[in-house]
Amino acid sequence: MITDALLLQLGYNASLVTLGATLLGMAAGVGGTFLFLRKRALVSDAISHATLPGVALAFIVMVSLGGDGRSLVGLLAGAAGSAALGLLIVSWLSTRTRLAEDAAIGAVLSVFFGLGVVLLTVIQSMRSGQQAGLEGFLLGSTAGMLRSDAVIIAVSAALTLALVLLLRRPLTLASFDPGFATATGQNTARTDLAMMGIVLAVTVVGLKIVGLILIVALLIIPPVTARFWTERTDRVVLVSGLIGGLSAYIGAALSAALPDLPTGPIIVLAGFAFFVISLILAPRRGVLAAWVHHRAFQKSVHLRQGLLALAQGQPIYEPLTLRLLRREGWALPDGVATDEGRGRAARALLDETRWQIIRRDPSFEAAAAHYDGLTPIERVLTADQIAEVDTRLPSARVVAP
Amino acid sequence: MMGAEFVSLSLPPVIIGICVAVACALPGNFLVLRRQALIGDAISHVVLPGIVVAFLLTGAVSTWPMLLGAAGAAVLAVAAIETIRRVGRIEPGAAMGVVFTTMFAGGVLLLEQSDTSSVHLDVEHALYGNLESLIWLDASGWGSLLDPDALAGLPVELVRMAATLAGVILFMFVFWRPLKISTFDEGFAQTMGMRTGALGLALVIVSAIAAVAAFDAVGSIIVIAMFICPPAAARMMTNRLERQVAWSVLFAVIAAVAGYVIAGYGPVWMGFAASVSAAGMIATLSGVILGLAAALGPHRRRGGTA
Repeated sequence: MITDALLLQLGYNASLVTLGATLLGMAAGVGGTFLFLRKRALVSDAISHATLPGVALAFIVMVSLGGDGRSLVGLLAGAAGSAALGLLIVSWLSTRTRLAEDAAIGAVLSVFFGLGVVLLTVIQSMRSGQQAGLEGFLLGSTAGMLRSDAVIIAVSAALTLALVLLLRRPLTLASFDPGFATATGQNTARTDLAMMGIVLAVTVVGLKIVGLILIVALLIIPPVTARFWTERTDRVVLVSGLIGGLSAYIGAALSAALPDLPTGPIIVLAGFAFFVISLILAPRRGVLAAWVHHRAFQKSVHLRQGLLALAQGQPIYEPLTLRLLRREGWALPDGVATDEGRGRAARALLDETRWQIIRRDPSFEAAAAHYDGLTPIERVLTADQIAEVDTRLPSARVVAP
Repeated sequence: MMGAEFVSLSLPPVIIGICVAVACALPGNFLVLRRQALIGDAISHVVLPGIVVAFLLTGAVSTWPMLLGAAGAAVLAVAAIETIRRVGRIEPGAAMGVVFTTMFAGGVLLLEQSDTSSVHLDVEHALYGNLESLIWLDASGWGSLLDPDALAGLPVELVRMAATLAGVILFMFVFWRPLKISTFDEGFAQTMGMRTGALGLALVIVSAIAAVAAFDAVGSIIVIAMFICPPAAARMMTNRLERQVAWSVLFAVIAAVAGYVIAGYGPVWMGFAASVSAAGMIATLSGVILGLAAALGPHRRRGGTA
């Protein structure tokens, strides 16, 4: 059953929803990257909550015009309208008043959501009472989705993705280097507007699939995850789109296959799984990489200190140092140096002594700044300079190899 | 309208609403100034899995396990946000977004999986709360306020919220100066030997307690609104912190009382049969107040005295 779902074998509707969700996930991942890089990730929270009154109002209007009230296009149009209004208010509050952006976001999301809740209770008291489709917008639901709904979602997800891909160059430039973008004559205000338009589109299309509260996750988690893997602009966008698409695909397929698995939460949890894996495993920025780096550093510090102690005939008590020296074959279990160990120790002491000399000499100031007790002096000074330093060794003839 | 029916049906919800509004607005003043306004939003999302887990463990809708579960989830979330921010070197907003959406998703999934719909525990309840249902059946009129037997039948939410409000006020009173100094000039506070990190954490914990206590009674939406809107509106009115706090309390009380009244009686006055969500209306009204303050407030612009 699960493999059937992953291979799109569960029928036309389910496949269309899965494909639509995947396209939407990709669009969200790519669009969310720009939001994340502009440090405005939580604006999406305000946008998504602000869709609720629009959905409810659209329902009320459609019903009072004698319609069914559940037309997806109508509801999404309402969502887009009120979300756009919420976005305008956020930007008005944060630019024209003294409120910081986070307060503006919080104010808009709570007030719009509150108004939406009021309108929902109005709908509940309306005689027609067919608000069955509306709860789906809160938490997302693909169950009971009509064929026409699935088509609308798939098509608009594809359009959104196309829009994102079309605008990715100016968006990338404006997100990574707004100053440069402005200097090269790009209208960053307009680019920001386009970015918000994309986020709005993703949010509105995602409502039915993921739900208005969890669509935020689809815009935030993939870019944050992608950022672990690469330092390069275009690749963050690419990886983020990939992760967003994969999360949505896995989530939609699983929830189509298994009963009682709500789509939105599964998509979010799939995205979070990618996040955790990246947090741990990513090269350079991951936890594991950091730990390995730390261990290697720790090891070289202990070895170096151990060798210096051996060279100066001091006893070593520190167990980790002893163990490391023994593993390298430079010392015996009782802490006495082997022949090889004595050679290494002499070299380490020579290196250290040379460092001491150049650190006392102001003319070597730039080179001495590289001293960290680990870097071999050969990496900082030329052979000629070392030869000059060696003339100042206290008892050069004894120590030199 | 102000008779016996009012005392038993409307007085407790109004008082609870006021307690919630003020208990959230007070710490909200500092959260807004410290640019941590969205903490309330994050907390109210993450407590859902805590409440569900507590419910699954105890198998009953009882108050204390749920409060503990919610508090545990809030602490877990704060720790997770901090860990992700430091370990992953990710900006705070994004780290918060990752954590609260994921925990909320986990909570919804647990709910759907555990078939809790038969009990009064569902997502909508968690979001909207149920302020209207907190009635005082034992009251027979204003005289009941002096009758110990009737007072014993007050909704527990009222007692709990009043206690929470008292705790918040006490915290603000005791730590007023350190909070004020560390909010406006953290560096100066540190040179004076204040532990600003611990103070900031204490503020977040107090906010979380207020949010969790309010959550059960009135739902999350009003909590988020009250953390932000009254303080934000108050900030447009004055440049002095003391006056800002006073304004925020005033705005919170106005929103709570007027919101409840409009939700309960407004539709009836307009000729409709049913009332609308009080929590939603209180949040909406706090937004209207903020809108008015942002458009007309004497100190609405940044930096200047205009």
